Amino acid sequence: MDISILPPELIRIVISAVIIIAFVFLNAMVLGYAERKLAGYIMRRPGPMEVGPQGILQLMIDGVKLIGKQLIVPKESGHALFRIAPLLAFIPVGLAFVVIPFSDKLQARDLDVGLVFMLAIMSVNVVAVLVAGWSSNNKYSLFGAIRSVAQNVAYEIPMLLSLLSVVLMANTLSLKGIVLAQHPVWYVVCQPLAFIIYFVAGLAETNRAPFDLPEAESELTAGFHTEYSGMSFSLFILAEYTNMFFVCSIAVVLFLGGWSGIPLPFYAYSGGIWFLLKVYALLFVMIWVRWTYPRVRFDQLLNFCWKYLIPFSLVNLMLTAILVKLWPVVF
Amino acid sequence: MNEYFSDLFSGAKSLLVGLSVTIREMFKPVVTVQYPREKLEITPNFRGHTELVKDPETGTHKCISCMMCQKECPSDCIRVKGEKREGVKGLALVSYSLDFTKCSLCGTCVEVCPTAALEYSQEYELAGYSSDEFRFDLLKRLEER
Repeated sequence: MDISILPPELIRIVISAVIIIAFVFLNAMVLGYAERKLAGYIMRRPGPMEVGPQGILQLMIDGVKLIGKQLIVPKESGHALFRIAPLLAFIPVGLAFVVIPFSDKLQARDLDVGLVFMLAIMSVNVVAVLVAGWSSNNKYSLFGAIRSVAQNVAYEIPMLLSLLSVVLMANTLSLKGIVLAQHPVWYVVCQPLAFIIYFVAGLAETNRAPFDLPEAESELTAGFHTEYSGMSFSLFILAEYTNMFFVCSIAVVLFLGGWSGIPLPFYAYSGGIWFLLKVYALLFVMIWVRWTYPRVRFDQLLNFCWKYLIPFSLVNLMLTAILVKLWPVVF
Repeated sequence: MNEYFSDLFSGAKSLLVGLSVTIREMFKPVVTVQYPREKLEITPNFRGHTELVKDPETGTHKCISCMMCQKECPSDCIRVKGEKREGVKGLALVSYSLDFTKCSLCGTCVEVCPTAALEYSQEYELAGYSSDEFRFDLLKRLEER
């Protein structure tokens, strides 16, 4: 077939969709492997070892196993919603990739409100968790979903406030614009508090330990995805790992200078290497944190948010606003 | 208000201490032994099932078929059979059967043996498909060794 009769824009969309989905799966595989391996090393055991050299093919085999499994729909569940929930978790995953600036040229669309778009898309995950927990008709699932919603609503506030102080400095919401705005110094230097608050809130947003109450194994078996099996379960896991990637890539774009680094040949494209390195370094910290801290109690979780994160991010925002206003006056 | 900030600082400090502990553990060598491929040396004090001692001088066992072990065994899992033979002082051992399915590894047989003819084996990989595999004839095992 001659593909030249197709509109080039359509081909572009199809190719980028394929790349995005492939990247989502690859990212989940790398992270899943890294998580198990690092968890092992932190406990001084080797982690997966049997499949392939150093167990490198373990996650591929796990994927094959999950694809091969039957999707069980509980009799008493809300059938339609039960089937929609994993899709609802997975669809935004593809959308958020549209605005991530991997390098100067490697960005699908530079939206003027890129940051808002990204955060809005990531929040859809909460709806998916709620739908999954509710339609499972299982008390563990429902509790997991309720906890997840309470936690996400609480932690969205400090997260947005800390990001807002960066936006005040950059004076733009476009992700590319923010990267370009931190040309001499990265914002992590001028906004260390905002970075820490964002990262903590980001851990809570992605339901990662020590804030993994929605899927606390010891209390709720598996939380909102207790009733899910096979591919619908793995869609949740893929969405979770991709959300981790998003949280870290927002942190890199807003605080760590995006793709900026030592110039390489073809910098407009190869800047993506620096971007991915920074993202995976942050992901390493996330995994490291997970295997260090025990899970917080629910009241501790909300206390920490309302008593520490929100006041500090508000003060930080106010100070930033005052400084940004005064800077041109004084200097 | 003072407590608020002291909580914050002590909390943050303890979090950092925790992270430093895990990162240091991460770079220490792995302690797992990949069991079927790697094996640890067993302590000489390990108590496996009993085995007849091979006497380096005569090249055979030291049992005199006195039946002490059989009498003492609390689990009644030892059967010693000896017979009178020409030219042999005392009884010659015909068979020494140990029913390891019943043995409680108390070691009484090893302790009572007047000629120190019994020892513990180092065998710990004991798995089989039927209980018959654990009714050992120690004399035969000694000859196979």
